[in-house]
Amino acid sequence: MKRMTTILLANPLSLLGVLLVGLVVLLAVFAPLIAPFPDHRGAVVDFANFNKPPGWPHLMGTDVVGRDLFSRILYAYRISLILGVVVLAIAVPIGVTLGLMAGYLGGWWEYGLMRLTDVFLSIPPLVLAISIMGVLEPTLMNGMLAVTVMWWPWYTRLVYNITRGEKVEGYVLAAEVIGASKTHIMFREILPNCVPAVVTKMTLDLGFVILIVSSLSFLGLGVQPPTPDLGSMVAEGAKYLPDSWWLSVFPGLAILIAVFGFNLIGDGLRDILGADR
Amino acid sequence: MNTVLRHTARRIGTSLLVLFGVSVLIFAIARVIPGDPARVALGPNAKQEQVDQLRAAMFLDEPVVAQYGHFLSGLARGDLGVSLYTNRPVMTDIADFLPATLELVLVSGVMMIAIGLPLGILSARYRGRWPDHVIRVISLLGVSAPAFVWAVVLMLLFAFYLPLFPIAGRLHDSFDIPRVTGFLTIDTAIAGNWAAFGDAWRHLALPAFALALSGIGQAARLTRANMIETYEKPYIEMAQAYGWPEKRIANRYAFKPSLIPSLTIIGLDFAALLGNAFLVEAVFGWPGLSRYGVNVILRKDLNAIVGTVLIISAMFILVNIIVDILTVILNPRIRKADAR
Repeated sequence: MKRMTTILLANPLSLLGVLLVGLVVLLAVFAPLIAPFPDHRGAVVDFANFNKPPGWPHLMGTDVVGRDLFSRILYAYRISLILGVVVLAIAVPIGVTLGLMAGYLGGWWEYGLMRLTDVFLSIPPLVLAISIMGVLEPTLMNGMLAVTVMWWPWYTRLVYNITRGEKVEGYVLAAEVIGASKTHIMFREILPNCVPAVVTKMTLDLGFVILIVSSLSFLGLGVQPPTPDLGSMVAEGAKYLPDSWWLSVFPGLAILIAVFGFNLIGDGLRDILGADR
Repeated sequence: MNTVLRHTARRIGTSLLVLFGVSVLIFAIARVIPGDPARVALGPNAKQEQVDQLRAAMFLDEPVVAQYGHFLSGLARGDLGVSLYTNRPVMTDIADFLPATLELVLVSGVMMIAIGLPLGILSARYRGRWPDHVIRVISLLGVSAPAFVWAVVLMLLFAFYLPLFPIAGRLHDSFDIPRVTGFLTIDTAIAGNWAAFGDAWRHLALPAFALALSGIGQAARLTRANMIETYEKPYIEMAQAYGWPEKRIANRYAFKPSLIPSLTIIGLDFAALLGNAFLVEAVFGWPGLSRYGVNVILRKDLNAIVGTVLIISAMFILVNIIVDILTVILNPRIRKADAR
C-alpha cells in the first residue's frame, strides 16, 4: 500500500490530482471556517451588494440577490461530495454482489442478472435518472436514489467479467475441492481479486457522480434552492450571460476542478494496477 | 457473410428482449408516481367526475398488469397514448421534436469520431512526448466537465465575445423552410435556399461541439490505450524493423485492430450524447426533445414520459446493434470464419 502511494505520487499528473482533490475536500470540510459569508448558503438577500463582479470582499462576485458566490460554492462542494460518497456506498456493494453471483453461480443467475443489467444500461444514464426524478419529488434524498439506481449495473458488469475469468483459476478449484461454501468462495476468494478494478472505478466515478448530480440540478430536478448546488448555480447564472459571466463560469469551473482531480487520480491508479477492463 | 447474418439475427433478438425489459422498467417507474396521476394532470379544481372519466380512459382503475397490456397493444399500433400536457398524441409530439435532437446528436457523434480518433492515434504515436501529454490533458479536461458547462463557456467565447456563431435556436426567423425531414440542414438544401443552409449549420456548430467535447475526450483516451496495446505486438515491431514509415504503421497496422474495441465503447458513448443533449438543448434554446421531456416530467405526464424514454432507449439500442454489426464486419476473424 505504501509503495503504491509512492508510485502514484511520483507521477506529476496523479500528484496534481491528489492536490486538487485534497483542496476540494479541505474546502468542503472547513467551509464554515473558510467561507467569508457562511450564512449566504441559505435564503439570504443583500440588495446593497447584488450582482457585484469578482473583487474584494466578494472573491467570485455576488449573485442576483447579493449572496457571496465563493461561500456558496464551498457549501455546494460539501453537498456534492456527500452525495458522491453516499451514492457509491449504496451502489457499489449491490453491484459487486450481483456481479459475483452472476459470474460465479452461472446458469439462470447469470442469464437473468446480466439481462437485467443490459436493460438498465440500455437507458441513457441521464435519461433514466431524469425520469426517476420526474416521478418522485425533486429532493436531495430522491436525487441520491435516482443516481444510485442508474449506477449499480456498471459494477455488476465489471465484477462479472473479472469473476468469469477467476472462477476457472486453481485457487478457486482448490477451495471448491476442500468443500468451501459458495458464499466463502465468492466473498473471500474471488472478491479480493476484484478490489483493484473496483477501487479504480470508484475513484473515477466519484467525479462522475458529482457530474451527473449537478446535471440533474441544472435541469431543476435535483438539489432545490436555496440549498447551493453547482449545477443549479450554472443554470441560474446562464440566464444572465454575457454580462454577469461570473455567475455561471465560477460554479462551472468548480465542477471541472473537482472532477478533473478525481479523474487524474483514477487514471494514475489504473496505470499502476493495470486494471483496465 | 453467413456468420455476419447469423450474428445480426441473434443480436436483434436479444435487443428486442432488452427493449421489452426497458418498457417494463419505464412503465413500472411511471406507475409508482405518488398520488393520482389523473388528479395531478387535471389540477386541483377539476370535478371528481372528470377525474373518474380520465382514470377510466387511462385504464388506471385496472390492475397494473392489465394497464401494461393496454400499453403494449397500443404500442403495437404505434400509439403511445395522448399527452396530458399538450393534448396531442405522444407519437405526434415526439415526431415533432425528435428530428432536432437527432440532428444535434448525429452531428455531435460524427465530431466525436472525426476529432477523437485522430487525437488518440497521434497521442499513441508520440507516446510519452509532448503531443501525447497535451492531448491527454485536453481529453481528460473534456470528460471532466458536464456538457452544460462547455455549452456555457463556448457560448460566452464564440457567440458573445467573438460573435462568430448565433446565440440560440436552429434557424434565423427570416427564413421560411418547408418541413420535409425535420432536419433543417437537409430541408434547407432540399429547398435550395443556400443562405438558410449555411445559417442552419452555423446554428448547429456550437451546440454540437459542446455536446461532443466529452465524447471526443473519451474516444481519444480509448483509442490511445488500445493503440498502445497494439504497438507492443510483435508484428508492429517487425514492421518497424523493416523500416516502414511510422505514419503507415500507425494508420494501417496499429489503428485497425485498435478500432474494434473503440467502436463498442463509442456505441455506449452515444447514450451519453442522447442524455447530455438534454443539457445542451437547455443552454442553447434548441427546440428538441429536451424541453418537451423536462416539461412532461415536471407535469407528471405519464404517457409522454414513458413514450419519450422508450423512444430514446430504442434509438440507443439501434445504434448499438449497428455498431455491433460493424465490428463483426471489420473483424476478419469473425467475418472469415466460414471460409475455414
